[in-house]
Amino acid sequence: MNTELQSFIQKYDLLGCVQCGRCTGGCPVTVRTNLNVRRIVYDSINESMLEDLAKLPEIWDCTTCNTCAVRCPKGLKPVEVLIGLRNIMVESGIIQPTVRDALESVFREGNPWNKPKARRSDWMEGLEVKIAEPGKKVENLIFVCCTIAYDPKVQVIAKNLVKVLNKAGVDYGFIGDDEVCCGSEVYAMGELGEEGLFEMLVEDNTELFNSYEAERIVAISPHCYSVFKNQYPDLKAEVIHYTQLLKELLADNKLELKKELSQKIVFHDPCYLGKQNNIFDEPRYILSQIPGVELVEFDRSRERSLCCEGGGGKMWVESESRKERLAEIRVKDADELGATLLAVACPFCVLTFDDAIKAKGLEEKMRVAEITEILGEAVE
Amino acid sequence: MNSKPKIGVYVCHCGINISKTVDVDAVTEYASQLPGVKVARNYSYMCSDPGQLLIKEDIKKQGLNRVVVASCSPRMHELTFRKALAEAGLNPYYLEMANLREQCSWVHADREEATAKAKKIVASAVAKVRLLEPLEEKEVEVEPATLIIGGGIAGIQAALDIANAGYKVFLVEKTPSLGGKMSKLDKTFPTLDCSACILTPKMVDVASHPNIELMTYSQVEEVTGYVGNFQVKVRKKARFVDVDKCTGCGICGEECRLAGRIPNEFDEGMGKRGAIYLPFPQAVPAKYTIDPERCLFLTRGKCGKSPKCVDACPAGAIDFEQKDEIVEFKVGAIIVATGYDVFDATRKPEYGYGQYKNVLTALELERLVSASGPTGGQVVLGEGESAFVPKEIAFIQCVGSRDKSVGNEYCSRVCCMYTAKLAHLVKEKIPEANVRVYYMDVRAFGKGFEEFYDRVRREGVRYIRGNPSEAFKRGDKLVIKAEDTLTAKTLEDEVDLVVLSVGLEPRKDAREIIDLLRLSQSADKFYLEAHPKLAPVDTATDGVYLAGCAQGPKDIPDTVAQAKGAASSALILLSSGKVKVQAQVSSVDEATCRGCGYCVEICPYGAIELVTVNRFGHKVTVARVNEALCKGCGACAAGCLSGSIQQKSFKDSQILPQIAALGVKQ
Repeated sequence: MNTELQSFIQKYDLLGCVQCGRCTGGCPVTVRTNLNVRRIVYDSINESMLEDLAKLPEIWDCTTCNTCAVRCPKGLKPVEVLIGLRNIMVESGIIQPTVRDALESVFREGNPWNKPKARRSDWMEGLEVKIAEPGKKVENLIFVCCTIAYDPKVQVIAKNLVKVLNKAGVDYGFIGDDEVCCGSEVYAMGELGEEGLFEMLVEDNTELFNSYEAERIVAISPHCYSVFKNQYPDLKAEVIHYTQLLKELLADNKLELKKELSQKIVFHDPCYLGKQNNIFDEPRYILSQIPGVELVEFDRSRERSLCCEGGGGKMWVESESRKERLAEIRVKDADELGATLLAVACPFCVLTFDDAIKAKGLEEKMRVAEITEILGEAVE
Repeated sequence: MNSKPKIGVYVCHCGINISKTVDVDAVTEYASQLPGVKVARNYSYMCSDPGQLLIKEDIKKQGLNRVVVASCSPRMHELTFRKALAEAGLNPYYLEMANLREQCSWVHADREEATAKAKKIVASAVAKVRLLEPLEEKEVEVEPATLIIGGGIAGIQAALDIANAGYKVFLVEKTPSLGGKMSKLDKTFPTLDCSACILTPKMVDVASHPNIELMTYSQVEEVTGYVGNFQVKVRKKARFVDVDKCTGCGICGEECRLAGRIPNEFDEGMGKRGAIYLPFPQAVPAKYTIDPERCLFLTRGKCGKSPKCVDACPAGAIDFEQKDEIVEFKVGAIIVATGYDVFDATRKPEYGYGQYKNVLTALELERLVSASGPTGGQVVLGEGESAFVPKEIAFIQCVGSRDKSVGNEYCSRVCCMYTAKLAHLVKEKIPEANVRVYYMDVRAFGKGFEEFYDRVRREGVRYIRGNPSEAFKRGDKLVIKAEDTLTAKTLEDEVDLVVLSVGLEPRKDAREIIDLLRLSQSADKFYLEAHPKLAPVDTATDGVYLAGCAQGPKDIPDTVAQAKGAASSALILLSSGKVKVQAQVSSVDEATCRGCGYCVEICPYGAIELVTVNRFGHKVTVARVNEALCKGCGACAAGCLSGSIQQKSFKDSQILPQIAALGVKQ
């Protein structure tokens, strides 16, 4: 236990913490749950408390938005401590059935949604989609994401992207049924033991991606993008987010936006895109190029964007809190700005905001849409 | 070699620093058997008076002509023992230090192995010392003048001290006025002295001092030469105002077409000035300057029918034909007092600085509470009808300090106290205001600081232990998102005004002075002193000294103390009149030098130049070392392609036997 403890303290540099409180101060979910990551960092230094800490239900309230790590003045990553505690629970097998099922599904079917591997490309039906071939050159290898591939509510993201890429004459290729979960949410749920599921996904996917002669891997979801960019050390191709590709196309006049869209749009910065990877300007640039659009800004935007609570395994863990959801606060803010369209660049954001708009009864006044969808309308 | 070597070896216990790990008796016994060794002794502290006396007595009585001291690093005591040799009538360069402390006892635990290593170190020093040659220490005259770069409180104090001691000072300030950051402050902690009241008299003294030549709106462009003999080139920028004619009456400033339209640097951009301006009322010199980047006439060549300042000036002082002027002079010493920059709060976007009007830096609040500030000392936010007096005020500590995420790991040392001071002043001006300070640690370490912190708390300033993570807007209010870490409660406190206690940073133009004077930077990017404890105002460049925040964050008392220290160091140099130059310099064998110039490129001190000499009727190019500039680093000797450069006391013929004695096979 002692060596294990040392590794926990050393792994997360717990002794570097000065207890300044910026982590908990910035944590978005503290307004609705008991999570206090500063205290958990403090208590984690105590060997005998680790297992009790891991049993705290609030460690599952963390959305892995990463604000605590971004704000830490000492370079610590408090979020990783929470993931480390989740790992203790995952290792011991005492986890919620939904989490267990999702992880097992990734192991079995390559996606956390309990869907058959063979149906991963069903969304492509009726579309002209180019599929990349291993060994052959392709400029942009597109990675779809499990949620986009299977969830009918967000399949539209991929469909519209195909439409836009075809219009712009881009050299691209999708992976098809061979595509396997990126592991971002698997990692966030604490499945990070050595030779565990996350490691396996990184190895398998690296081998798969490197078998293509791709210049770039274009991830659609910021969660996939972030994990490829930051936790896959051996990829040959450059990793970009699709908003970077689309900005390029627009700036090079390869994409013409003809159709006027008279909407008041507010863009919500996804945590995994903005806070974690500093992509702030590309989505705004894309939206600003659509004729007729009026772009407004949340007060809490860019580095201060408020998390929608979609990440960190929250798709499979229901919070015990009955207090207003952050996504609900966010749609109310959007409504106050008079926005008719809440634009996002992440499938999880679409799902959380869609629920929030309904919960707040704002369906008549606004809708949430992914940037690809909006662009799909504008290229008609 | 002059005579047969008679070597004395002196092994030091250094209390127990060496003797705890190294068997000094065994080492002494071993040394006594080495060839050429006449005496070998050990003693508890060789550097003490009785220790040195042992060496001196042996030199005199036993006729020693070489000495090895086996003790600590030469950085520590080489000079001490050189002096002892000289006092006993021996050339001081007949000394070799064997480092048994830093390179042996301190870094090893095993006594047997450490003792074996100590023997080798001593043997190698003995092998070298017999081959050393006597060296002569040359002296050069010192130019009795000092250049001071920077006209803030550090530069001002150093200038006055040196000038009062009777030496010439050239004080060069980049901006149009003396005063620096201190002139912007309202009151000073912890005594609450009015900053201007204590600073302005000193500024005036500088300007009127017969020994000080003040060059404001000027920049040092080039420094060549070496300690005691620096050649300096300064650019005096054109003010477009004849300072001999200007009376400082201010009519031009009022008449300027851009009057009240250009953000005033002195008020942190909150007040406005014209294109012709006096930076602040107490500016020294009280002469106007035209901002060449703003002036309509200078930027567009046209300002109405004729420039209004020209028409208005009763003294006829405006001169658009004025050009920059280059001034050259010689000095013996240089003091760098270039100060700091305030942390740029837009680099912490989570606090909304630059986005919200009611998020201010502490220096901006300083201007608001100051009677000479844009609001005449009223703490009022907004303008016109929307102007209001803030009632809920939050200070956020450590903005840009102690923060790895912006690359500043150091504490800025002044923010805790200036916050206490500003909180007190705000409370004084708005008694009903709730003033809260969000902190992670309060550092009140100086004289009277803790007492002042106690006073401010008792005046009702609330200290909340939790460093805020962000600020955002809710209606008319700003929300401070933080955790009170003492109660583990998360807070969303609504306030009217957020004050960011921004830290101190090295100046953005710090590089200019580094290139000019070959200074080094410490890990925090401030200029590096020669030794953090024992040479805090010296630099690695002889004759160049540091004062004030250029060396690291400091409050005013510490800055003034350091300025006086730098002045004293410069005065020691000036008043001695002569400076010894390094004796262990490199020299070039011009007979074999091919004049390739590789050493010229290698030399970090610019001490080598190529010269043309006559060799048997042929003109050939060879390298030549300026011994006054050479620091004896040996880089040229190591790099020389033809083996023509040798460094005295470190010649190949001296160090190869030294290395061989360590048991290294060639």
